[in-house]
Amino acid sequence: MSFPWAQEYKPQGTVSKWVDERLPLPRLVYNAVGAGYPVPRNLNYFWNFGVLAGVALVIQIVTGIILAMHYYASVDGAFNSVEHIMRDVNSGWFIRYAHMNGASFFFIVVYIHIFRGLFYGSYKAPREMIWLLGVTIFLLMMATAFMGYVLPWGQMSFWGAQVITGFFSAIPLVGEPLRQWLLGGFAPDQAALNRFFSLHYLMPFVIAGVIILHVWALHIPGSSNPTGVSVKSEQDTVPFHPYYTAKDGFGLGIFLIFFVAVTFFAPNMLGHPDNYIPANPLSTPAHIVPEWYFLPFYAILKAFTVDFGIPFTGIIIIEAKLMGVLAMFGSILLLFFLPWLDTSPVRSGHYRPLFRKFFWFGLIPCIVLLTYCGGKPPYAQWVILSQIAAAYYFAHFLIILPIVSRIERPLPLPNSITEAVTGKPLETAAA
Amino acid sequence: MSTVKKTKGTGKKPVKAPKAAVAATLKADSATSNGNAADNLHIDSNGQTPGVRRRDFIHIATVSFAGVGADAVAMPLVSQMSASADVLALASIEVDVAAIQPGQSIKTSWRKQPVFIRNLTPAEIEEANKVDVGGLRDPQTLADRTKPGKENWLITLGVCTHLGCVPLGAAAGEVKGEYGGYFCPCHGSHYDTAARIRKGPAPTNLVVPEFAFISDTVVKIG
Ligand code: HEM
Ligand code: FES
Repeated sequence: MSFPWAQEYKPQGTVSKWVDERLPLPRLVYNAVGAGYPVPRNLNYFWNFGVLAGVALVIQIVTGIILAMHYYASVDGAFNSVEHIMRDVNSGWFIRYAHMNGASFFFIVVYIHIFRGLFYGSYKAPREMIWLLGVTIFLLMMATAFMGYVLPWGQMSFWGAQVITGFFSAIPLVGEPLRQWLLGGFAPDQAALNRFFSLHYLMPFVIAGVIILHVWALHIPGSSNPTGVSVKSEQDTVPFHPYYTAKDGFGLGIFLIFFVAVTFFAPNMLGHPDNYIPANPLSTPAHIVPEWYFLPFYAILKAFTVDFGIPFTGIIIIEAKLMGVLAMFGSILLLFFLPWLDTSPVRSGHYRPLFRKFFWFGLIPCIVLLTYCGGKPPYAQWVILSQIAAAYYFAHFLIILPIVSRIERPLPLPNSITEAVTGKPLETAAA
Repeated sequence: MSTVKKTKGTGKKPVKAPKAAVAATLKADSATSNGNAADNLHIDSNGQTPGVRRRDFIHIATVSFAGVGADAVAMPLVSQMSASADVLALASIEVDVAAIQPGQSIKTSWRKQPVFIRNLTPAEIEEANKVDVGGLRDPQTLADRTKPGKENWLITLGVCTHLGCVPLGAAAGEVKGEYGGYFCPCHGSHYDTAARIRKGPAPTNLVVPEFAFISDTVVKIG
């Protein structure tokens, strides 16, 4: 598929030959994640996280389907059915904790995967389509996780549903009808819970579909690598199997150790105790926060507290509420434009001295700060910090990155991956 | 086109003659006009050249017909999401407010949403009336939000107009915010003693539902 020197699938036995002529599925697998897929020889462990994200999705689907066998989507029964899973169903506690923490680990893995893309410039040509599909997967994941979190119908579930569907009421004119349409009522209730369950079941399979497109798009140019230098010859690559199946397998082992450690020893560490209180539509918990993986976006939402208008005239151009919601969605949608905002031809942050400074001392602290502020109550000092961090976030992508790309003098790039790895130039004749 | 189909039907290896015939037709067609071969296969028997073809009509008509049909099917698929009849049919409620002392409030539920009924103290009423209405985000007087002669009865939805949390301040001991009315802890919206938005991200005052006093102490909401 990708390089002319890719090994060809040669079915040995009569059965595999028979299958290959009729449905070349083993051939597809061989070319996708087998010896038929040449991969740069210098990938580091950041390149494990795509495979790990795939494993996390499988864990969610398997545990989720089992939960759905015992879960009951009703406002009177949902909370109790989750407690029933925890106390009565054989191994139910394990399945549920695995699903609950599986969601968190899915996001950890995907955030590291995105981080890799941001630092090594994986979003640049010719891999823009991979990036666009990736951001799409991220959005679908967020929707899935949100709807899943509503299902146990605890206090955070209920008020999360109320606040997040409230985003839509910020849209002028159609907002409130749209919100009521989404909820099927005036407040979250049976109709909302039922449809969230239906969609929560569906969306992971939609995600699986988009992942297939994502990997398909990846296999056209092949993986990038830490140097960002394109593959030039066979010496620059090794076959995916056995080299990266082994490396990914090792990474998977480490991942699973962390995952089971948290699932068994601190299963509620990443959750919120209020969600063990049944939903009460008449009382909001004193401090509602989303799951940790939404905190940076929540901080951006909360950073907008005053209307934007013409001073002293009372004319409001855009309400604080709408601005907050637009900024929050905008902070993710922005990523769709990243391949065209960063115009530097050099991919890897290793060879971009200025980019690297803004990345480590600007973007990363800014996201850490947003995550931290997102979990804090809306007191003045946290609001101001969120405002500064949110301003930097947008400035980083919309102003700093385009300017840096223009003025920066990148460091000299190695002539080839092989040269970067061995210090010896590529033997052009050998291939 | 039909020639191609026929050759397929005749067996594994098509005989030479029909293949040649197809090629000949293609050639003849491209000779008659300037378009590409595929387009020319659609030329009608009158030999009219493309531009508007008679077939275009049937294409557009077919697609339009299917489009209208798809829309008709989409309508119930979309409208099933809206509030169903039983949700809309939630009746109005009647509340006896006799027991609520000045300075006290109660929470009740209407259309599955919380409602605050608050008996304002004279000081709170005075505070609400002191405010320069023109400078408010959502300019309304206390009188606009209450019934004549019953200005002390402030009845609002307990749903923050920002993103829908229940503000604090209705139950005893809850914080009432910087303006002495309600405070929404979710993202810090402060409402005053007329439940008007004064500070924070909420765009409008707490909603006053339709209500009427049906006796001196009984109020009907909805
Ligand atoms: C993208 C993959 C998925 C993600 C990120 C995800 C996320 C979540 C989250 C965060 C919860 C709330 C956990 C809690 O607080 O209890 C949840 C609950 C639930 N999910 Fe998923 N899920 C995924 C896939 C699935 C699938 C494929 C199914 C079923 C086919 C499913 C069925 C359920 C059920 C029944 C619950 C409610 C039980 C419970 O709360 O533990 N999930 N999901
Ligand atoms: S919901 Fe009340 S301030 Fe956001």
